[in-house]
Amino acid sequence: MSATRTMVLKLVALTAAMFGFGFLLVPLYEVFCDITGLGGRTSNEAVAEVTIAPDTDRLVRVEFMASVNSNGPWEFRPEVSSMMVHPGQMYTTTYWARNMREFDIVGHAVPSVAPGTAARYFNKTECFCFTEQKFEGLEGRDMPVVFIIDPDLPAHVQTVTLSYTFFDRAGVASAAAPPSALQ
Amino acid sequence: MSTATHADHHDHGHPTGFMRWLTTTNHKDIGTMYLVFSLVMFFVGGAMALVIRAELFQPGLQFVDPGFFNQMTTMHALIMIFGAVMPAFVGLANWMVPLQIGAPDMALPRLNNWSFWILPFAFSLLLLTLFLPGGAPASGWTMYPPLVLQTGNAFPFLIFSIHLMGLSSIMGAINIIVTIMNMRAPGMGLLKMPLFTWSWLITAYLLILVMPVLAGAVTMLLTDKYFGTAFFTAAGGGDPVMFQHIFWFFGHPEVYIMILPAFGIISEIIPTFARKPLFGYSAMVYATASIAFLSFIVWAHHMFTVGMPLAGQLFFMFTTMLIAVPTGVKVFNWVATMWRGAMTFETPMLFALAFVFLFTIGGFSGLMLAIVPADLQYHDSYFVVAHFHYVLVPGAVFAIMAAVYYWLPKWTGNMYDEKMGKIHFWLSAISVNLTFFPMHFVGLAGMPRRIPDYATQFAEFNAIATVGAFLFGFSQLMFAWNIYRCAKGGKKATAEVWEGSHGLEWTVPSPAPHHTFDTPPVVK
Repeated sequence: MSATRTMVLKLVALTAAMFGFGFLLVPLYEVFCDITGLGGRTSNEAVAEVTIAPDTDRLVRVEFMASVNSNGPWEFRPEVSSMMVHPGQMYTTTYWARNMREFDIVGHAVPSVAPGTAARYFNKTECFCFTEQKFEGLEGRDMPVVFIIDPDLPAHVQTVTLSYTFFDRAGVASAAAPPSALQ
Repeated sequence: MSTATHADHHDHGHPTGFMRWLTTTNHKDIGTMYLVFSLVMFFVGGAMALVIRAELFQPGLQFVDPGFFNQMTTMHALIMIFGAVMPAFVGLANWMVPLQIGAPDMALPRLNNWSFWILPFAFSLLLLTLFLPGGAPASGWTMYPPLVLQTGNAFPFLIFSIHLMGLSSIMGAINIIVTIMNMRAPGMGLLKMPLFTWSWLITAYLLILVMPVLAGAVTMLLTDKYFGTAFFTAAGGGDPVMFQHIFWFFGHPEVYIMILPAFGIISEIIPTFARKPLFGYSAMVYATASIAFLSFIVWAHHMFTVGMPLAGQLFFMFTTMLIAVPTGVKVFNWVATMWRGAMTFETPMLFALAFVFLFTIGGFSGLMLAIVPADLQYHDSYFVVAHFHYVLVPGAVFAIMAAVYYWLPKWTGNMYDEKMGKIHFWLSAISVNLTFFPMHFVGLAGMPRRIPDYATQFAEFNAIATVGAFLFGFSQLMFAWNIYRCAKGGKKATAEVWEGSHGLEWTVPSPAPHHTFDTPPVVK
């Protein structure tokens, strides 16, 4: 029966390996999206400020969107809904966010760029999405984004949309909320 | 009869009644239990389908509230896939694989017992959620986050029942592979194996490769909900779209798990009733293997609408269309087998012919769905529902019914009622088309799936589909009655059963004695 035993062990090992592979798909997916910018994945880290000659002949429309995850009441909107920008030149815009609850809360904005193929040409040198944002009860403030569109942006892309979704920091909001606020 | 004394001799001292079934390690007993379990689940899942169809008989809300409607669509799918179709194929494998390769039993009989007895517990867990506060899972069988994470008390029951079903499938698959690889009769080379056994060998590998991935995916859902991980929660850096990728990496091979054994069954039945050897045996084997391979690189065609770059859309579109080539080879070979054959049309053959014809319709609508620009329109519409029901009901389910009618005389020793079988076939074949064909039209016209209410212009086709569904559902009582009657008695079957039958399973007496091939047959 040793042939049976060897074969069973091999198949059990294959099963275990495939279970592991399911979890390995998670980092593989991250790496794949980061490299290709698929899924509108945009870097969540500041790029070093480099001086590139602005392409003043070209104008690209950048649209700003803001949405709030269903978890909590936030006021969240961009200062302007769109800008015309020259690739290679640095621009600053702001988003307004306000905590509409009466207690302190930590929020976090997750960026996304559409079309996905433009994601890697959208460079942010400063962004409120890089860090968690702590808000006191009912506090509101403007938060800046500084960005440069890479002049290598493919010519057919004329509009780039930057979208942020504002979340309560995962798993923290409901735990930190005083019982009276949870109704 | 000599066979009866032989069987009695071996049964001596074994438990009887319920304990016999609980403790059995005999592949025939376990196969029977799988098949009976699957028939019960077929009726449970079917009753849920009838709740859905009753609600959709007319526009507006008639019988159930939308929440319960969603529970029905979710549970219907889970029960039919994991409870009816998959266990039926495993049951057929248990019964027929050892008989077809000349083995005395499965390689791991105790594991076999265990892999069956997990299933009643798994489905009790799942069905019990109907009685929990908040009801059963209602997010669709695909369990996409974030919606599925809003499931109430049913959520952990859903996850653990899927773990158990996966465990059962994996153990069954390991058992089948080891049996086929190690226990073939002398002279039974791999390329001499009957095609049903071949298709199950490939299916079992698919199961081992993808069921653990599903287990991983639902485990991630579980930890996301209860343990603060953020695999699919965007706020914590996760991505809900990633779930769809992991799920369909399992999900697409899963649909072939539900159809490859059906291909094997049809490849057994058509040569028998055409009284000709199968046309292109080795082409059939290689086609099955190619389909299995391709199933791993097409998964994202289920999610063209998530926003994919053009290169990704093209890749998944072309690989998906490529599957039509080996599938076309199979359909061609079945038709070529019948060409100039001396055909007779007993019930198994009728179901097999309907399979070839209707599965091909499902295949064609699949090709339409593979076309990205068209899919953007069809996605999540009733056209998709029509497509997968065509490949699963007159596809997989008809193949299972064909197999049951084909091998039932071998299992019971009695012939089933041929007249009732034919009536069952014609009622099923007509009503299945009445049910699912109009869904193509309403889908193309824009009716979304998984909704309890719809715009009034879809009313007529939905009414027709509901009439068809009730007719189909109640016709299946005839199937159950025919099986019961056949198990109880009837005209005695010969060992060969069918005039054109061929293969080792027809060399043992009918009914197949409790123990067969104690000394291996020699295959020339």
